Amino acid sequence: MHTRRFFFKSSAAAMFGFGAMPGWLSRAASRTVRGRKVLVAIFQRGAVDGLNMVVPFGDPNYYALRPAIAIPKPDGTGESAIDLDEFFGLHPSLAALKPVYDSKVLAIVEAAGSPDPTRSHFDAQDYMESGTPGRKATADGWLNRALPQVAGRPSPVRAVSLGTALPRALRGHNDALAMSNLNQFQVREASASGTFESMYEGALDQTMKGAGRETFEALKMVQTIQRQPYAPANQARYPNGRFGQALQQIARLIKADVGLEVAFTDVGGWDTHVNEVGARPSQGQLANLLGNFGQSLAAFQQDLGDRMADVLVVTMSEFGRTARENGNRGTDHGHANVMLVMGGDVRGGKVYGDWPGLGPEQLYEERDLAVTTDFRDVLGELVAGGLGNRDLAAVFPGYTPRFRNLL
Amino acid sequence: MHGQMRFIISMRSSRFAAGFLAAAMAIQPAMAAASFQQKMPKDREVLHALDRLTFGPRPGDVERVEQIGLKKWIEQQLHPERISENPILAGKLAPLESLTLSEAETVRRYPPQQVIAALADGRAPLPADPKARAAVERLVAKYKARKGMDPGAGEPESKTPITDILTRPQIMTLRRGTPDEKRQLLGSLGPGKLDDLFTALPRPQRQGIMAFVPTDTRRKLLWLNAPPAVINYDLSEAKVYRAVYSERQLQEVLADFWFNHFNVFFDKGADRFLLPAYERDAIRPHVLGKFRDLLGATAKSPAMLFYLDNWQSVAPDRVPRGRRARGLNENYARELMELHTLGVDGGYTQKDVTEVARCFTGWTIKAPRTDGGYQYNDRLHDRGSKVVLGVTIPAGGGEDDGERVLDILAHHPSTARFISRQLAIRFVSDDPPAALVDRMAKTWMKKDGDLRAVMKTMLESKEFWSEGSLRAKVKTPFEMVISAVRAMNADVDFAFPLANQTAQLGQPLYRKIEPSGYSSLSVDWVNSAALVSRMNFAMALAQNRIPGIAVDMSRFTGDPEQVAKSILFADISPATRAAIQKALDTNDQPVTPALVAGLLLGSPDFQRK
Repeated sequence: MHTRRFFFKSSAAAMFGFGAMPGWLSRAASRTVRGRKVLVAIFQRGAVDGLNMVVPFGDPNYYALRPAIAIPKPDGTGESAIDLDEFFGLHPSLAALKPVYDSKVLAIVEAAGSPDPTRSHFDAQDYMESGTPGRKATADGWLNRALPQVAGRPSPVRAVSLGTALPRALRGHNDALAMSNLNQFQVREASASGTFESMYEGALDQTMKGAGRETFEALKMVQTIQRQPYAPANQARYPNGRFGQALQQIARLIKADVGLEVAFTDVGGWDTHVNEVGARPSQGQLANLLGNFGQSLAAFQQDLGDRMADVLVVTMSEFGRTARENGNRGTDHGHANVMLVMGGDVRGGKVYGDWPGLGPEQLYEERDLAVTTDFRDVLGELVAGGLGNRDLAAVFPGYTPRFRNLL
Repeated sequence: MHGQMRFIISMRSSRFAAGFLAAAMAIQPAMAAASFQQKMPKDREVLHALDRLTFGPRPGDVERVEQIGLKKWIEQQLHPERISENPILAGKLAPLESLTLSEAETVRRYPPQQVIAALADGRAPLPADPKARAAVERLVAKYKARKGMDPGAGEPESKTPITDILTRPQIMTLRRGTPDEKRQLLGSLGPGKLDDLFTALPRPQRQGIMAFVPTDTRRKLLWLNAPPAVINYDLSEAKVYRAVYSERQLQEVLADFWFNHFNVFFDKGADRFLLPAYERDAIRPHVLGKFRDLLGATAKSPAMLFYLDNWQSVAPDRVPRGRRARGLNENYARELMELHTLGVDGGYTQKDVTEVARCFTGWTIKAPRTDGGYQYNDRLHDRGSKVVLGVTIPAGGGEDDGERVLDILAHHPSTARFISRQLAIRFVSDDPPAALVDRMAKTWMKKDGDLRAVMKTMLESKEFWSEGSLRAKVKTPFEMVISAVRAMNADVDFAFPLANQTAQLGQPLYRKIEPSGYSSLSVDWVNSAALVSRMNFAMALAQNRIPGIAVDMSRFTGDPEQVAKSILFADISPATRAAIQKALDTNDQPVTPALVAGLLLGSPDFQRK
């Protein structure tokens, strides 16, 4: 581990020359001294059914509301919930996350969500990414605002989204990169690259000159990573699919010590109105998606090994789904959901949040799980405690997050 | 390497280096505000006009405008109906059927999964057109068959492996064949086999196939997989074709401006079906007309009513029987004032937002997912009196309450100023001088929001023709892509890949989520990932690597100066010139006109206009 990291640092330093080493690079090199963490935000687009993802098997109403699609109480088989604390259990397809939970690296926050009542995917995603529920005018995203102010020039790869477009959460005045793949972030013709670089370098047009300089720095940075063949450590195996690959690339960026501070990626397909659960609990749309989701997260944690101490992962989804199943073995748009928080310094192995219950008088608008933890409480704690940005009034304007002591 | 045929540009160093300093002076964006008082050089005016009023000059455009006369050409562009349209364009648009349909017929012919499910249960109407009806019936049959197989399956699993569809040699042809061989192979497959092949291929490879089949087949392949995707295809293709080929360039630039001003997001539910009619009927007819008409058309359009939720807004005390209480929705009212008319500092309060929302209660949609037409429903309307920006709207106005609000907003001085400034930002500079905005606003107030008159004031202003305006704008991704295609005089047989390129550069067409639309400020487009994508697009285009786009390099001689001149239509900046010179001087690789062209399209010079 140490030799590899040393190699990256020295190769990056050699690239710029030791004397000319940019400020962000020396900051990246002294990362461990600073003790700041890389924050990885994951968005489950389409509204995952949190009640079947982390199953409240201890709440009898759960089974009353979902006669056809409830996940059975833990019975040791692969067709039942995996017990966590005698009240909540993981969906059987999330088996890969059980050891992570047991090793106290994974925390679960129940009944978390947005206070805004909207059940529109579009609006709810927008609100969750802007970090300002109910306010459409917000121009930037919470994750961009979460980046701490630094003296001097920041790393060109401090904020990265794995995906084709820059997500709402990362938009804003701090530079952020979107790339669908580390290997695609390059000028495809190597010969043209040098010519482009000198064009932009010499431009009298200051806007273009500045953008060019940042771009070619970022390109070189990523190139040093690209040149290293990457093999996940600790026998970690990322499953096929875009999400697992995205997490692998984030792991690669983290291990390369190039100044990554925040990363974002998303995973879709959770809008399970029909056939959410198949003939058996381990089958159907949700089971397939969760299998891939859990294995990807577990692989990421395994791959990073000790480096998980420098990383915080958080998952979110725009809203939960109806407590009651619908007529098509599925669920409709609801309210509160579940969030996962993973990291070496997380007080894991515990389910957080006040459980509001699923009784008729306990449900939000008589149909959905009520929100007892604002999603900004979770994000705010990670931004302050992980990124070291204590100006939460700027990150979540108009809201004061209440920490849940996850860290 | 030596034995190989290498096309090396002959170097004419002395000429190439001439005019070095003169170019350096002319090309730089001016910084000081005083520069808006200083006239740009006379010989830059035609190119400046082409840069701003079109999607970029094509070869020969500068000469054409000079021949017509700059003043007369601008006058023509302000009256698009007087320009005879490029005959190529009509042919390109003809197959894009969804653009011509009503909202109701669009849902029927391009049904999403839910509607197909409803059709299977007999709960939704079929298309009126018999051919379209038969096709939809086949889709429904396919759906029923699939549903019967496995209730647990999320994705259809019954993909035929590619080796069952094609022989080995055929697969090789598809992989490595020439365009003609591919075209021939795909043409020889029947429609059924083509569909199987399309379904069997991973998504990124589908586009590769689409380039070698006719437009009708492309649409059909898309349709069989996800019918609503065809609507996005049609919209994107039409937008690209119009921008590339239309002779009425200013009209197209304005259609882009005004759609963006009244932005609607394609992927918000029913808006997929409502968007073609929105652009066609609410935006395009009014871009040089009266603002009040444009505003009214957007306000009543099902697309906007759905996008900003007004169709669900109900007077708090008037919940219709059998429906869940929903109450007032302020979304449209707020954006109407903040983004569409007054501007965020235009002098309205939260109370005004609520009052405006009350006025628009009852402006709704018949049935967004099946019919889509605008409807005023009096039972949802708030019948009390309202006060909007100090004006009392008496009780009992019904549908007219909304019209009154639009009258007030369209003629408000804040609106005149806010929109004049938006236009000046698009056409003059990122931070246009207040004096110009004031004069445009004055015209607005005098001419009852006549958008042509406001444009005219701007185009006749000294600021538009000043040093401060010259090359002051960075191209948006769409402008960059289209201007490159036009500069290269490329032949576009398949426009969708260009829309994908635009998305790759950061501006997916019809997919801006926020009602604010896309920014036209340089700070929002100049960033690392976007710049790399611009360079890669430039190289791919010049080297004919974009499917469906053909670039003819034969018009370029071996002279780099000539290549530069015919792409930039002006002298190149010293740094760009020096960098290309260096590439020419380094002998370890062939330098073709295509490479020079790619370098120029990706240069800092080409990113500005």
